[in-house]
This record gives sequence, C-alpha cells and structure tokens, in this order.
Amino acid sequence: MNKHNHHEPLIRISKNDAMPWQKAWAIRGACILAAFIVCAVVIVFVTNLNPLQVFASMFEGSFGSERKIWIALQNTAILLCISLAVTPAFKMRFWNLGAEGQVLMGALATAACMINLSDLPSTAIIAISIGASLVSGLIWGVIPSLFKAKWNTNESLFTLMMNYVAIQLIAYFITFWENPKGSNTVGIINFNSEAGWIPAIFNQKYLFNILAVFILTFIMYVYLKHSKHGYEISVVGESENTARYIGINVKKTIIRTVAISGALCGFAGFLLVAGTGHTISTDTAGGQGFTAIMVSWLAKFNPIIMIFTSFLLVFLERGAGEIATAFRLNESVSEILSGIILFFIIGSEFFINYKVSIGKSKKEVN
Amino acid sequence: MKKSRKILALCLALAMVVLCFTACGDGEKKPEADAGNENKVLSIDEVEKTVSKASDPVAKKDIKVGFIFLHDENSTYDKNFMDAAAAVQKKLGLTDDQVIYKVNIPEGDECYNAAAELVDAGCDVIFADSFGHEPYMLKAAKEFPEVQFCHATGTNAQTALTPNFHNAFASIYEGRFLAGVAAGMKLNEMIESGKITAEQAKIGYVGAFPYAEVKSGFTSFFLGARYICPSVTMEVKYTNSWFDIALEKESALALIKNKCVLISQHADSEGAPKACEENNIPNIAYNIDTAKELKCENTAIISSKINWAPYFELMINSVIEGKAIPVDWCGGIKEGSVQLTALNEKAAAEGTQAKIDEIKGKLEDGSLNVFDTETFKVGGKKLDTYLADVVSDDKFTPDSEAIIDGEFSESTHRSAPYFDIIIDGITEI
Repeated sequence: MNKHNHHEPLIRISKNDAMPWQKAWAIRGACILAAFIVCAVVIVFVTNLNPLQVFASMFEGSFGSERKIWIALQNTAILLCISLAVTPAFKMRFWNLGAEGQVLMGALATAACMINLSDLPSTAIIAISIGASLVSGLIWGVIPSLFKAKWNTNESLFTLMMNYVAIQLIAYFITFWENPKGSNTVGIINFNSEAGWIPAIFNQKYLFNILAVFILTFIMYVYLKHSKHGYEISVVGESENTARYIGINVKKTIIRTVAISGALCGFAGFLLVAGTGHTISTDTAGGQGFTAIMVSWLAKFNPIIMIFTSFLLVFLERGAGEIATAFRLNESVSEILSGIILFFIIGSEFFINYKVSIGKSKKEVN
Repeated sequence: MKKSRKILALCLALAMVVLCFTACGDGEKKPEADAGNENKVLSIDEVEKTVSKASDPVAKKDIKVGFIFLHDENSTYDKNFMDAAAAVQKKLGLTDDQVIYKVNIPEGDECYNAAAELVDAGCDVIFADSFGHEPYMLKAAKEFPEVQFCHATGTNAQTALTPNFHNAFASIYEGRFLAGVAAGMKLNEMIESGKITAEQAKIGYVGAFPYAEVKSGFTSFFLGARYICPSVTMEVKYTNSWFDIALEKESALALIKNKCVLISQHADSEGAPKACEENNIPNIAYNIDTAKELKCENTAIISSKINWAPYFELMINSVIEGKAIPVDWCGGIKEGSVQLTALNEKAAAEGTQAKIDEIKGKLEDGSLNVFDTETFKVGGKKLDTYLADVVSDDKFTPDSEAIIDGEFSESTHRSAPYFDIIIDGITEI
C-alpha cells in the first residue's frame, strides 16, 4: 500500500487480527439483534403480523415440545455429522462439493444391506451396513482426489458431478426396490421386522444418532488439533509448497484426508437410513451436503463450534416451517427471514475480521 | 505417525462397537406387528364391518384437523387438495386454529414427525396427500390409536388392520373416460373437416411413471376417446417424474413431432399444456383448469379432476359425530368427487357438452361401463380373467380376480387404481 497516499477514501477497511473475544462476541450479539430488527420490519410490511409472535413461533419450532426438541437435536446431529465430514478436506483447501453424493452412496449401501440381508440378525446387519457405508462414501470421495493428485483435475467440478452420478444410481436401484411396482418409492424398509434398524436407546429412537455424532465431534476435534495428520492438513491447506518443503507427502495427505471425509459422509448416510428414515430416495440427503459447507465455514473448521452453527441452521429451518404452519404463510416468507438472519451472522464475521473506519485515519496502520 | 494412526483407528472402532452394543442391548426383538395378518383379500365392504373403528365424538368447536402436504400451493397436485381443504373449512365454519397445515413435507421420516407433531397439537384427524407418505402415516396411526389418520392414493388400509388408518381415492377413471369423450369429439371434428384422415387420429400422452394409477388413467381416457372416434390410437411417453416442467414439455413436443394430433397428460406441471398452446395442438389436462389458470385459451379443451372436498367433509363430520371413517373410500361422480372443469368452447368441438352429459348419465345409471371387456383387446384377445395385484406385498403377487361380470372392476377391491394392462391401440414409447 502507498503510505503517502493523500487521497484518503471515505471508508477504510483494514485487517483486524487481534480482537479481544469479548468485543468479538459483542459484535456478534449486536448483529443478531440487528438481524431481528430487520426481520421485524419485513414481517410488519410483508405480512402485517406481530413480529414478536412470529419470533416466538420460530422458537417453538425447535423448543415447542419434547418431540420438537428431539427432532431438532436429531437434525442437528445429521447436519453436524456431514459438516464434520467435509471439514478436513476444506481445511486442506480441497473444495469437496460432493458431500451430497457421498452421503447418498452411504445411504444406498445401507439400504442395500437392509434389503438384501434382512434374514441376518439386526446387529449383524447394522455392523455390515456401517462398514459398507463407510467404504462406499470413501470410494466416492477418493475417485476425484485420485484424479486431482494424478492429473490435477478440478475437484469442485469433479465432486459436484459425482453427486449427479450418485443420484442416478439411487434412481436406478429404486426401480428394483420400489414397492409397489412403478410407484418410484421404496417405502419403509423392513417395516415389520425392523431388521437393520438402529434400535431405540432409553426409548429414544434418535439417541444413537445424537450420541454417535457427539463422540465423533470430539474425535474430530482431537484429530484436527492434536494429531500429526491434523497438522499436515493445515499446512497443506496454507501452502502446498511449504508442506513439500518440510517433507509432507502432499498427494498422500490429500488422498487420505478426502478418504476420511468421504467415509464420514458415508456414515452420515448410514445414520439417515438405518437410524432416521428407514427408506431411500434421491432426496435422502436433502441438500445437507451443501448446507454442511456453510456450517463448517461459519465455525471456521472448529468441530466444537460446529455444534452451535449446525444447531443454528436447524433452528432456522425448523423455525421457518413452524412459522409457515402457525400463520399459514408460504414457507418462502419464513425462508426470507432465515436468509436475513444468516446474512447478518456472516456479516458480523466481516466486522470482526476487518476494521472499518470512516473519514481520515488518525494514524497509519502498519 | 503410524502409532497415532493406529490409536485413532482403534478409538473409532471402539466407539462404534460400544455404541452398537449398548444400542442393541436395549432394543428387544419386537414381535411381528402383523403376525395375525395372513394377507387375505377382503372386499372394501367386508373390511368396513370388521376393521374400522370410530373415536369418541368431538364437539365441532373443539375439533382439530391436520393436513400434511408434499409441496405447497405452487404444485397443481397439492393446490387441488389445499383448495378442497379451504372450501370444507369454510363450509363447516371451522377457524384457522382448528385446521393446521404442514407444507413441504417429504416422503420420509419427516412425514411421521409432522403427523406426531400434529397429534401433539391436539389434532383429532390427520390427512396426508402423497402416495409416499403412507408408511409413515401408518406408523403414526399405530402409535396414536386415539387419532384418525387418512391418506390419499394409498393401498394398505384394508390389509394393515389398523382401525384408525384409512385410504381414500376417487373413481377418476370415469372422469378420464368423459375427458376422453371430449377428445374423441375433437378428433372427429378434425377428420370431418379434412384436417386429418381417420387413420391419422393419434393421441399423445405424457405419463409420469409406468404405475397402475397412470396406466388406469390413460387407458380409461383412451377408451373414452375410442368410444366416440373408433379409429383412434395412442402413444404414451413416460417422464419418470411426477413434476418436471422441462421434461414434460419436451415429451409433449416429441409426441407432436411423432404426428400426434392431440395431447393429454398425467403429470403435475404446466409443461405439456403450455407446449400444446405454443404449437396449437388441442390438449386435455388433469386436476387443473388449464384454460383459465394457465391461459391456454386456444387449445385447452377440458380437464378431469378429483374434488377432495366431499371426502374431507365426510372425514371431519365422521369424527365430529363419532362415526367410523370408511377404511378405503372411493368417491365417484355421484359424490361429487369426480368432476370435469368447465368446457372451453373455444377449443372444443361443437356438441361436446351435450355428448359428455349424455354419457355421464349412462355411466351413472350403469348402462355403460368404462372397462367393459367387449370394448378392448389385449394381444388380440378379449380379457376373460385377470389377477390384479391388490394386496401390497414384496413380490407383487397378483391376488384378486378383477374381471367381474364382463368388466374390469376398477377401484372396487380397493380405492387406488390397479388396472395396469397395456391394451391394443396403445403403444408405450
């Protein structure tokens, strides 16, 4: 930058590295408050409803009853699982947009096990399903990473296209499994025998999913922060040349990390089929493979913070549905509100990372 | 490095195994829920007597009704249900607090959760509108026996033996037949005016899936058209999707290119009718007044449609009065469930309305049967016997004789259609 620049711009933006955490959270709080004020204005002008009532019902969506709390926790667990899965790859700056397809492949493997092995004991089906889903997610992730390592292909496009291949594969298998014929739905797999279903723990059918992902979160935290692999991932992410210089095998790190990402996505697919829906369709992943990217980035790749960011997104989604039901609004209106809130939250990170000063600066930074 | 990798792998494996076993230790093997069900086929009437059970009456001011919709009002399929729900709510004088909508509910675990949440909200009766919702509604019905669950287009109510779970549909094949009559009239007009020869009278049909509901629909439509115009043939093209605007449009255009002179469809978007309007090809639709709502004034002739209001009224009134809701209800022309939209005189042939009224009378008094086995052949032969797959099972075993007294008896073994034969004169492409 030219230090002797006499044409001072009206608004100056400079990097702000060290902001005390109290101030950072104050900014975040202020942004959320601002978001709700803007939402209130939109609610009043667009729908003529009382904004406080609307916010209350948004809250109801996740906390309105014991059942709603469990549903919110379960949805958070799944989204968190996929977010954890994409994180190592993103931290390494490997743009894996294929989580959706990797989840679907895990789901497909699980459904195949549940349908074809329905005579085995349930525990065996579950164990085989876990293995199969991990492997299929892994394969789906490793294919693009091999191409990237060998021929330096563009991984964003490659992983994105793998999603469509996965969707078509599922559509293909549905024609074999559909019940009744021609209906294009598989229905609940093993409805009567419940073979291969994750059983309820303490009478809570979602508890397994929630606990499994909770444990996974801490494992991922330790893996990224305190293991040699985690260190290699962050070095490769910062600069491949540095990594090479200090003797990290970059290709190997890329393939290994993407394999872990893919396998965990496959595990999320397993949870979705064996633990939640007990069915398979091209919508099984429901776009969460993409939402997970936002969860991961919002948390700056910190698995513990991802618990909160994934819950935030679930909270907004459940709230949107609740508003639509409570006020008979089109769901699009409530999604506008979610959009505003997210916009402000992402915006707050800008004000934390950068310093904005208006008018003449008193002293030159640097 | 090797050591840390091993430790991590061990940790992961251990966590999985521990979770697996705690989980499995808790869950006892559940007894087969349907152990007593030997899959015998009962007629709708028989099931009615043995299975359906009412809840206690509910005062009208206290009743709560829950609706689960696959999409929102932007889908013509769901809009048809929402319009009927709104009409019945108005007719019965229920407040907005008494009628709860859940929209955009996918055909998965979300449907079960939506139903359970509606139970929590105090609903006495819950309705779901999409085929794939059925297993989740059934699951909820078993869990909440005090609440009535109703499901459109489903097939399992009569074998599920769950007193509070019900299916409903309409004998829409009658409406399709009447719409086919309008098509036949138009084809005859084109032949008489010399626009086409009798042999060129070919209809194009955009179908969603090769599924019984779709096949029954296009066959009855075709039979209606052939009743008026004997030389007609039909080509069917599937999109393998219930809603895909671009694909439906593309399929319609391909059929037009194949020299089809009239198009009809069974899919939920505006793709096909819009393609017809642009190419000036007459079109007959389903569940939507295409002339009015899509502005296809020059080509849209008529639509057959299911009006769900009579069923919703029956369902809600049954709960209020504490009467049993039919296990598997099939509404017809008489009940007002099967309807035709207003005829678009601009596009239709002259005398169409009179002809439709005449044949509607014949259908109602039973002097004309849509699937009369005298009127169609399969592989060159008359159909004397046909086992339809009425009871849903994994292997799709045909189980019920459908040819009764010289006609294919549609929607009598169960309300959802099961006519799934391709008759002579129709080709799938």
